[in-house]
Amino acid sequence: MHRAASLAAAVRRGADRWLFRIGAPETAPIRLTQRRIYVLPTRAGLGFAAALAVMLVTSINYNLSLGYGLVFLLGGAATASIVHAFRNLLGLSLRPGRCEPVFAGEAAGFRLLIDNPRPSRRPALRLRAHGQVGAFELGPSTESTVVLGCPTTRRGRLPLGRSVIETTWPLGLIRAWSVFVPDADCVVHPSPEAAAPPLPDDGTEGAGTSASMRDGDDDFAGLRAHRSADSPRHVAWKALARGGPMLTKQYSAARGGDLLLAWSALPGHLDDEQRLSRLTAWVLRAEQDGRHYGLHMPNTRIAPGHGHDHRDHCLRELALFGTTAGDMEQRP
Amino acid sequence: MSAAAAGFVAMLKRGAAAGRVPAPALDRRQGLWLLAAAALTVVPHGLWLPPWIHALCLLLLAWRGLILWQGTRPPPALLLLAVAAAVAAGVRLEFGHFFGKDPGVALLALLLGVKLLEARAARDIRAGVLLCLFLQLALFLENQSIAAAAMALLGTLTCLGALVALADPAGSVREHVRSATLLLVHGLPFLLVFFVLFPRIQGPLWGLPADAFSASTGLSDTMTPGSISALGNSSAIALRAAFDGPPPPPAQRYWRGPVLADFDGRTWTAARFAEADTPFYRPVGRRLDYVLTLEPHNRRWLMALDYPGEAGPLVRFASDHQALSARPVQSRSRFALSAYPDAPVGTGESPTVLAAATRLPAGSNPRSRELAASLAAGAASHAEILERVLAHMRAARLRYTLRPPLLGAHSADEFLFDSRSGFCEHFASAFAVLMRAAGVPTRIVTGYQGGEINPVDGYLVVRQSDAHAWAEVWLAGRGWLRVDPTALAAPERIADGLAAALGAEDALPLMLQADMAWLRGLRHRWEALSNSWNQYVLGYNPERQRELLANLGFDYRSAAKLAGLLAGISALLLLGLYAWASWQRRTSDPVQRAWERFSTRMARAGLGREPWEGPLAYGDRLAEALPDQADSLHAICAAYARLRYGAVQAGDRQLRTLQKQMKGIRIQ
Repeated sequence: MHRAASLAAAVRRGADRWLFRIGAPETAPIRLTQRRIYVLPTRAGLGFAAALAVMLVTSINYNLSLGYGLVFLLGGAATASIVHAFRNLLGLSLRPGRCEPVFAGEAAGFRLLIDNPRPSRRPALRLRAHGQVGAFELGPSTESTVVLGCPTTRRGRLPLGRSVIETTWPLGLIRAWSVFVPDADCVVHPSPEAAAPPLPDDGTEGAGTSASMRDGDDDFAGLRAHRSADSPRHVAWKALARGGPMLTKQYSAARGGDLLLAWSALPGHLDDEQRLSRLTAWVLRAEQDGRHYGLHMPNTRIAPGHGHDHRDHCLRELALFGTTAGDMEQRP
Repeated sequence: MSAAAAGFVAMLKRGAAAGRVPAPALDRRQGLWLLAAAALTVVPHGLWLPPWIHALCLLLLAWRGLILWQGTRPPPALLLLAVAAAVAAGVRLEFGHFFGKDPGVALLALLLGVKLLEARAARDIRAGVLLCLFLQLALFLENQSIAAAAMALLGTLTCLGALVALADPAGSVREHVRSATLLLVHGLPFLLVFFVLFPRIQGPLWGLPADAFSASTGLSDTMTPGSISALGNSSAIALRAAFDGPPPPPAQRYWRGPVLADFDGRTWTAARFAEADTPFYRPVGRRLDYVLTLEPHNRRWLMALDYPGEAGPLVRFASDHQALSARPVQSRSRFALSAYPDAPVGTGESPTVLAAATRLPAGSNPRSRELAASLAAGAASHAEILERVLAHMRAARLRYTLRPPLLGAHSADEFLFDSRSGFCEHFASAFAVLMRAAGVPTRIVTGYQGGEINPVDGYLVVRQSDAHAWAEVWLAGRGWLRVDPTALAAPERIADGLAAALGAEDALPLMLQADMAWLRGLRHRWEALSNSWNQYVLGYNPERQRELLANLGFDYRSAAKLAGLLAGISALLLLGLYAWASWQRRTSDPVQRAWERFSTRMARAGLGREPWEGPLAYGDRLAEALPDQADSLHAICAAYARLRYGAVQAGDRQLRTLQKQMKGIRIQ
């Protein structure tokens, strides 16, 4: 069973390389030219063809000249719809947009910027990737952002990978599609441990209590000059309202000093993913509590810091731990 | 590239099943499109469907309309099943069976109504569209007129519109109409090419249901008083003829149908006659060549002009001098025929035929027999008896009318002595009874008499209202002579047609009334158009296709060559469509077009505009490269920026100024 599945995947990769001439991610923008648009009838199209065949035989049997006419007109319109479907994709150019990092288990929102240079609407388009389908349309002469939500299961770098843009417009009888691999990926953070133990304090695990964490926000320590990364919650609005400079209120945690989240300090019975999960939960909580925290991983160290950028830096480190960029495709 | 507002288009939901588009619920407009297609398809079937079935179809459609209007849920499946079963039972009751064309089409029409009511998903719409298309084809079984074709074209457009609306639910109705029309227009060349070149096969491929050709009017092989006058009100066309030379005068336009020789006192019936590939007389004298286009009547009679001579294949001749088709005429057919109006026929008629032509049932029409005996007394020859009978009928002041009174068992007696008014069949029948009673071989010939030349296309048109009955008398040495007793009472009938012969009290069919001249002119035009339609579109059969291809210098017999030709032309058509698809106007904005033309011209001088370059920066760079025209280059770029991005809409005058300035730039 498994062997059959992997064989099917190999055949598909071979077909992709040979038939659709795709392999490694392409650099933007990807322009849909005549060479990379394919057309085949849909199941409804085959049904329509069968119905036309029956109608043709009826016309022959009863010598219905107008019957021939009707069949040929419908056949002609269906044939023309091949070109119409093809034209609906022709000339589009796609480039990957930014993709916000997500936690494993959430949907990764891949953005594609699709430019329609033609001064007419492109109706009824669909985007498929990772087994997900999304319908959209493009206005005349505009570039639009299309978002495809893909579920994530594991941390790491999730590439958008083999994607298909397709349409069955205008009659639903013909499907025109194009396969492409955009250079787009999404960083998937480890999912935070659901019931993580409290933050370790002073580098020793398990010493902190819930009460001591709450104190961290309340213990006013002084003011310093505002930095752009500072949370607006900590701006000294009163001082600002009095006409003073923009200042940030500093708090100190109950136990004072910086919080160090270390891989090595975690209990030995946790495996790698569990460790990453717990560290993720701690990073989030430490950031929420306004603590200064650092991250010590087996091969990198992130000095204590604070703020969104710092948090994202830490989460990214956790997400990509033990992976080399690009080969973490989750689903072939 | 005009990267305008980058709109957030759609946040996509996860599909219920991976890789499948979840079936979207149908919206109201999709339902309305299908309803329109169904209505356009079903309404013309009212011409032939039993009224209650048609009414039920329309009722089902109206029900669907109500559901769409109110936005309520479709009726439950169980109710629909009950409706479908009731409908099937009704069709069974109406037609007595399910097999055959008529009950089949009736069922299909009702099924469409039921299908519409349960339409919930895209699949149902597609099934509905296919049903509509089948029903349009079914309409052609009944009617292939220009009007039917126009209706079908409109129906097809609506069906395509329904499919487009299904594929593009977000589009406006106008866009749906536009897409469907464009598809239809692009399909037309395929229609023309395939219509002409697709190898035509003479059907049927297999046995047709018994009722395949039921709906035809015309003469029958029996004649009772009133059977022909029933046709007098029908202006339906029976046949058309195109003569090689001038057409014969009206008095010679006798189109010969069934010859009736057996009489039971009231009904004349056709006798059996021998058949051969050549006429049963020696064709001599004047010859008329013509092409007959016969409307289908599901009989073998050709209604050829008296007396039919040499003809093309598939035409046979009976010993009663009728021309017959090898097979019943089930579709409008063309026959190349000839006629010898002056040839003597039946000079050597067999004694059995002559004996049968004097037979009268015992006890019928006693008064006529008495009269015949008195007329025949002392006559030297059959010719003299004929003279006396004709003289008597002329003197009897019989009246010619389209509405004769009903007659009883002794129809000839009642006509000659009591009612004294009748239509051609009364005249012919009474005459034949008198002649037979006097011992002269006489028989009835039914067919058509007269016809009208359509001044628009020159065709002679014969209608059902031209149906006629006359008699033939056999005289030794002269054979069968045509005698038309109607001419005694109403000579105008023969010379000028039915309208001239009838009295004022006879209500004429509208088209035959004299004061409707303009209407007749209009009808002539319309019928000439219909005739061309019949000849060139509906009459395009294997034979005509062979002729046409031979004229084009193409060897028809090679099917492979024909298929190759079809494939080649189709490929050319597709190539044309492909060129249309690839051709693309960059923009519809004239300012932008002028600007792009200008940039392209500059690019030829090595001063192309970079994609990131704004118009003012571009202007600076151009001015630097062409310092002698710096001012006008600055002006052009500034004007473009103002027209393109400024708040004011570009007017014609400003656009013209810009174009003039652009033209003024000289590059080496």
